[in-house]
Amino acid sequence: MAARIGFLAPIVAYLVLFFGYPLAANFTMALREYTAASFYTGDAPFVGLANYAAVMGDPVFTTALTNTAVFTAASLFFQFGIGLALAVFFQRHFPLNGVLRSLLLIPWLLPLVVSGTVWRWIFDQEYGVLNQTLLALGVVDTAVPWLSSTAMALPSVTAANIWVGIPFNMVILYGGLQSIPAHLYEAAALDGAGRWQRFRHVTWPLLRPVSAVVLMLGLVYTLKVFDVIMVLTQGGPANATQTLTTWSYSLSFGELDFGLGAAVGNLLIVIALLFAVLYLRGLRSSGPAPARERR
Amino acid sequence: MAVHTRVRTAFTTVAAVVIVGVLLFPLYWMVNASLQPATGLLETPPRWFPVGGTLEGYREAFQSQGRPLVNSVVVAAGTVALTLVLSVPASYALSRFRVRGAGALMFALLLVQMVPGIVMANSLYAVMNQTGLLSTYAALILADSTVAVPFAVLILRAFMVTIPDELGEAAMVDGAGHARVLWSVVIPVSRNAMITAALFAFLFAWADFLFAVTLNSDDAVMPVTVGIYRFIGAHTADWNSVMATGVIASVPAAILLVVAQRYVAAGVTGGALKD
Repeated sequence: MAARIGFLAPIVAYLVLFFGYPLAANFTMALREYTAASFYTGDAPFVGLANYAAVMGDPVFTTALTNTAVFTAASLFFQFGIGLALAVFFQRHFPLNGVLRSLLLIPWLLPLVVSGTVWRWIFDQEYGVLNQTLLALGVVDTAVPWLSSTAMALPSVTAANIWVGIPFNMVILYGGLQSIPAHLYEAAALDGAGRWQRFRHVTWPLLRPVSAVVLMLGLVYTLKVFDVIMVLTQGGPANATQTLTTWSYSLSFGELDFGLGAAVGNLLIVIALLFAVLYLRGLRSSGPAPARERR
Repeated sequence: MAVHTRVRTAFTTVAAVVIVGVLLFPLYWMVNASLQPATGLLETPPRWFPVGGTLEGYREAFQSQGRPLVNSVVVAAGTVALTLVLSVPASYALSRFRVRGAGALMFALLLVQMVPGIVMANSLYAVMNQTGLLSTYAALILADSTVAVPFAVLILRAFMVTIPDELGEAAMVDGAGHARVLWSVVIPVSRNAMITAALFAFLFAWADFLFAVTLNSDDAVMPVTVGIYRFIGAHTADWNSVMATGVIASVPAAILLVVAQRYVAAGVTGGALKD
């Protein structure tokens, strides 16, 4: 018994110290008023729910919430769609399949700061390859301010984030496709199902559990995207790409009002948990479905 | 018929090469820019190929980013060590012992991976400030481990449950304790899973930007990710050295992909969790 405690005690202590305590600290920080001096003087008066009220009353809150929703929904939709299309494509047998598939992983392995930096260079208004190409082809007449216009910044940042997420979606969905038994496709083909019908009636339903996992992980990951936005726009221009994550950062580490930053962070946790619960409930209700179809 | 099929698969390969080429173009563009002279990047039309390239950008990158690169290596290596020390015994226990609360522990490990990084940064800042660890390697290693440890335990445990109990029991009959069984039976057998966990711990720490930019107020232990970030802010004109730094910062990922491809793929699908 002593041995068992010895093996598990470190991890339990670690979880308490590095997750339990910080999360509790974050909860109480949100109830206090911090200023630039608070960390030196230790003086942060209790203000109750005033930080939450201040945050929710701030017009930036609505902007950040909307941006977060648009950024997340668009990222998930396109990452999943393109990832699935690639996964289906790579199911075909052809030379170099394995090599090309592993090359596609590279964008996922790069530090996000590096990916963001590359996109910043591509989106550069004057010398970026995107504008230079579009201008040369006559698609646009004047250089598009991809990152510096309030209208274009969010779509541009989202596009960069979609690029980052495609490999992850592709790899997991490819794994899911590989586990669908080949005889089901053969049976469907014998019944006269075409390519689309086989996708619609075999692939799609049997891939559902995997799709749900991918989307859930993608959601959790996209909600906390920080690096890409910071490198590309830092939440600007004029909060056009401000999400709850970047806003929380700028409140805490820019304005040194850790109480407000913690309040936004806690709202972010609530949103993530809300979707996690929805996901778990969805799993429970749709869990037996694939098994039923397999039988 | 055979010829027809061969033509078709060749055509598919060509299509696949084009798709991969389009998706990897940004990376080519980074390498291309890193090899151009600074003035060559401010031309229209752009220089599509690094013909007559220069290593000027790399020289400048190493000059200004040498220290941050060393910091990144130290932090990443420290994170790997701490992660393995914490997660290997825990995974062993979770895969072998029937203890109460094991399920709750596993659930906690899954759940904490959902905590947004900014929340962790916010509160770890207060913790590190209290303990005087702000702007030290220890702060970054401890913070980065919060991403790596839960992931490592899940991967290692998933592997260790597949090791037959008989393997350890044989050693126990010979009088070995759990520590002995872990060290001389389970760890050698779990080598691949441990490599995977270590690789990902390294990549997480190497790529970390959030903790590095928040828990490091005076940039005393600035890793290369923050180095690049400050670099773009200060030298927007020197895209060649910015891109050269980007290429250098990507080297560990590239090496890992070449050397340990199958482990990486196993990690992506097995753990299926990336921060």
